[in-house]
Amino acid sequence: MASDKKQNSSGDRRDFVGKCATGTFVGAVGLAAAGSLCGLKPSVLPDPSEQFKIGSATDFPVGSVKVFDKENVAVFSERDGLYAISLVCTHLGCIVSLNSKEGRFDCPCHGSKFTLEGKVTQAPAPKPLPWFKITPQPGGQLMVDKGISVESGTKVVV
Amino acid sequence: MSDSVKKPGLVQLLENLKNLPANAKASFSRRGPADGSRRTRAQTVFNNVFMHIHTVRIHRWSLKPTFTFGLGIASAASFIILAVTGIALMIYYEPSTSGAYESVKNITFVVPGGRLIRNVHRWAAYMMVVTVFLHMVRVFFTNSYKKPREFNWVLGVILFVLTLALSFTGYCLPWDQLAYWAITIGANIAGSPVEVTDALGVTHMMDVGAMQKELMLGSKFVGGPALLRFYWAHCILLPISMMVLIMAHVWRVRKDGGLSRPSDITDDDLKGTPCEELAEEAFTEKSRKSYGLMCVVRNKTAAVDRGPERTVMSWPHLFNAEMLIFALILVFLLILGLMVDAPLKELANPSVPENPAKAPWYFLAMQEIISYSAFCGGMVMPGLTVLFLMGIPYLDREEGDCGRWFVGEGVKRTTIKTAIVSTIAVVGMLVFTVSYGWLRNWFPDINQIWITMVNPGTVLMTAFVLVTFGAVAKTRSTRIGVTVLFTYFLVSFVILTYFASVHRGPNWDFFWWPSLWPTH
Repeated sequence: MASDKKQNSSGDRRDFVGKCATGTFVGAVGLAAAGSLCGLKPSVLPDPSEQFKIGSATDFPVGSVKVFDKENVAVFSERDGLYAISLVCTHLGCIVSLNSKEGRFDCPCHGSKFTLEGKVTQAPAPKPLPWFKITPQPGGQLMVDKGISVESGTKVVV
Repeated sequence: MSDSVKKPGLVQLLENLKNLPANAKASFSRRGPADGSRRTRAQTVFNNVFMHIHTVRIHRWSLKPTFTFGLGIASAASFIILAVTGIALMIYYEPSTSGAYESVKNITFVVPGGRLIRNVHRWAAYMMVVTVFLHMVRVFFTNSYKKPREFNWVLGVILFVLTLALSFTGYCLPWDQLAYWAITIGANIAGSPVEVTDALGVTHMMDVGAMQKELMLGSKFVGGPALLRFYWAHCILLPISMMVLIMAHVWRVRKDGGLSRPSDITDDDLKGTPCEELAEEAFTEKSRKSYGLMCVVRNKTAAVDRGPERTVMSWPHLFNAEMLIFALILVFLLILGLMVDAPLKELANPSVPENPAKAPWYFLAMQEIISYSAFCGGMVMPGLTVLFLMGIPYLDREEGDCGRWFVGEGVKRTTIKTAIVSTIAVVGMLVFTVSYGWLRNWFPDINQIWITMVNPGTVLMTAFVLVTFGAVAKTRSTRIGVTVLFTYFLVSFVILTYFASVHRGPNWDFFWWPSLWPTH
């Protein structure tokens, strides 16, 4: 009886050590594998700059609209100031087109429609089109930063 | 030994040279000369690493064309053709944003035979999507996913998903307009959980959507790194996963007792299938087979008064059937490849999406529900559908006969009834949505989370899940239940695919016919 117990406990002990070893091994390999997944996300993303110059204030007479094809941004000039609005649909990233006849933006991919201020009037777009920050640069140039969005309605007087 | 020692060396060499072809052949096949006996025919199968994925003998039921329609083999044949043509295309293809489009054009217009190989690759991809899908339909309606084949059904669903993933990553590679906008839409679907995190106001803490998107693109935007990742997935990750899983899938068919078959096969059923003398023999009470006892132990009824197993030799009957299907598929694809060119649109232009920007036809059902909500239509509903498909054999564990089309009490009636009801429901949903719009049109300032949760797609899906619960409660049959939901999935998939291909035009507006699209 006593020896039985002893055998059991020594078996348990060996079992425990074995489990520890296996656990350590599996844990180490698992963590190493998980760690190496970080390689999928580079520390520096190879993205183009999000800032671009749009010209000086005189290029934007009141009532005009300029579409920047390469950057997918439209700049509106109104009596109370300028605003830059993204042309990338907030649904799935297609480029909305300016429908000047109806005075709105249409998305070709899934039918979202936006007002010229970016408000969604037709689903599926979940969010309004973001407005970007416009900063006057030394020398009179204006710069749009697509990395910084401002609240809709924030117009810049130049 | 003594014999060979006595002969002069050169004579020996000459003799070896003379016997070289025969010896090489014998060592290659691991069997003696093909004398047509059952023994050597069996050896042909089990002495070959590739062929012995099949059994030595096969039931005549498995060779019945109207049971399988050869869809599994057709899928495998398409995969082999895709692998071979794909490897050929890799010689010239260049996975970079500056070189991809040019290299695909070179393959089409400069490389001798390149156009045909690319065409066949494209049509084989379409073919594979169709055959894999129909294969799934066949297995479902012949009740063949039941124990012990549950896990093989799961493997099959994974293979179906892999087939779609391979198609998706594949049509991104030419870097034309379709490719660019497909990656853009795909990546933003991966980023669509932001709809929910935004509504909960936790996006700034944990932006799951952006994490998924960056993982897919290797960048915040679609460009070179994204193309390289798709190339890697299309040429290495997915095909190798697919190959391994196909092997497991076919091996499981063998291990799970071959193709499913009914318990009451009559001679009429087997008309037209290959036959050998042994397959005709009927067992008398006295079993001549030594392993009869094992059958009893494993709880199978003893085969009395019917053919022992109604099997024939796999070599050549099964292999002939497989080669026939392979040849038919290959010839069909070659003719198609010679007659119809694979599309190649203009070079990718990040400023101007195509209008309408349509995915290939097999993704159009998904694109239609994505046009209601990106997160629900792109992630939740497809995810739930795949989970449901995988879960079928575990949700429905009724034991019943299998191997015949629409076997089981009331299954055929349920299928027809569900098909009619779901056709009306899906068409009704589309008519309603096109005529009256949805929440955003009625309440312009509504919170997005309502549209994400309550849109035409989710409403219909919820309705059918409820109908399924009702059917299970009423008929007390889970088989009927999964039949309802599976039929609904089939019908809505087909109708939405048709609707999105024909009736959706520029700006995803409704048109009766593509010829009515406005010109710009």
